[in-house]
Amino acid sequence: MSEFTLAPTASTAAPTGFSFDLTHRNALIESSSSTSSSNIPAKLPKALKTGTTIVGLVYKNGIVLGADTRSTNDTTVADKNCQKIHYIAPNIYCCGAGTAADTEKTTDAISSQMELLRLNTHSESRVVTACTLLKRMLFRYQGYISAALILGGCDVDGPHLYQIYPHGSTGKLPFTTMGSGSLAAIAVFEEGYKDDLEEGEAVELVKRAILAGVWNDLGSGSNVDTCVIRMDGSVEHGRNCVMPNEVGELRKKVRRSDVLNMRSGTTAVLGETFRKRMGGGVTLEDVVVTEMET
Amino acid sequence: MSILEYNGAAIIAMTGSNCVAIASDNRLGIQYQTVAMDFRKIFRMNDSLYVGLAGLATDVQTLDQLLRFRMGLYELREEREMSPEVFTNMLSNLLYEKRFGPYFAEPIIAGLDEKNMPYLATMDLIGAISKTKDFVVAGTAEGNMYGMCETLWKPDMEKEELFETISQALLASVDRDALSGWGGVVHLITPEGVTTRHLKGRQD
Repeated sequence: MSEFTLAPTASTAAPTGFSFDLTHRNALIESSSSTSSSNIPAKLPKALKTGTTIVGLVYKNGIVLGADTRSTNDTTVADKNCQKIHYIAPNIYCCGAGTAADTEKTTDAISSQMELLRLNTHSESRVVTACTLLKRMLFRYQGYISAALILGGCDVDGPHLYQIYPHGSTGKLPFTTMGSGSLAAIAVFEEGYKDDLEEGEAVELVKRAILAGVWNDLGSGSNVDTCVIRMDGSVEHGRNCVMPNEVGELRKKVRRSDVLNMRSGTTAVLGETFRKRMGGGVTLEDVVVTEMET
Repeated sequence: MSILEYNGAAIIAMTGSNCVAIASDNRLGIQYQTVAMDFRKIFRMNDSLYVGLAGLATDVQTLDQLLRFRMGLYELREEREMSPEVFTNMLSNLLYEKRFGPYFAEPIIAGLDEKNMPYLATMDLIGAISKTKDFVVAGTAEGNMYGMCETLWKPDMEKEELFETISQALLASVDRDALSGWGGVVHLITPEGVTTRHLKGRQD
């Protein structure tokens, strides 16, 4: 039922959850090509994936999270510098791999639930709470929400690191990696991880693990993002802290062929209109308000 | 062939210095048969915000209706225009609500923000937002358009150069794509207003 067809007697509460209005139509589109009578194409389009190398580890004084910044659509690089470290609470962050929209919206939903919980209880969020909310949501959707997450943060019980699979299973670990570049990254961790690392060493190890994914996994690429969450409650973001693939400077040095500089009048134009900016938008003064007959 | 390629489309948006441009082709087809050469794929949301929708034509028009409806409600309730940032989030949530039965359309959002700075964003059919500073493309000629934009785009173009650049990128791309073309339309969004130009293109 769409917004246009909602019965006026419907409850005033905003609709929540997913809408399955179009699933039947889309299933028909998908099946109609397999029956040879119709020539409508069957293949349903693919959503944006994050490809991804994401990692996290526990060090002496907190948590370090890391992620690459490539997002892909099939084999096309759709975004060269996306953000995969999501905010959950002031002391909790979450790396996401899988379908881009799923990781984004799932972490958004849980972060707003966490905020409400903080306001109700007047206490700092715990990582285990976020983990439980996430796994319950993902389990409810039986893996169809494809979000593979690394959740990390510091609370009254110390630093915590969880990995969460799309089906809702979780693990509490000292270090972990996920996404298509997880094999490359875990190799670096297995070689270099020790208990109670210093912060500097921990961040360097995370950077090396992400770079292993950037170079060796085709689904991961571009830059390295890090996020350090300390036991004293401070958070340090290392957005694009390693940029080994920056081509901007190189491009500036290349002598640009004059053919590529477009001169006025290159394009044949059939007609032109200009619409002056008015600003303001529709206000109540622009419409005639009629009292409803009751 | 994917259902996103059923009707054909090519949409580009690019930033310039204090201006943005958004351009699309004009074709509506049913697979290889062309049905119309004046099909609208870019929609005006307000004076400084345009959205391009590439994909299944029925969903493109439904989304335009839904967006206009919600924009109208917002403007009446808030007595101000929606900023590009808010609009992007609204559209993203609209699409993600249909996560398990999506609209087959990929949007491109182009506009100027409250400080008249260029704003560009795109998303996939289930609302995964990606914001860029240079250019965004969507449609059946996506690969071609990426290639043209990567070579022709440069930072801080003035509006006339931006117009020529986006037009040439579009026309060259659709000439190598069977499903899009038949001329194009470019909207140049500046703080003073919006210039709309119709482009002459191949009719085959």
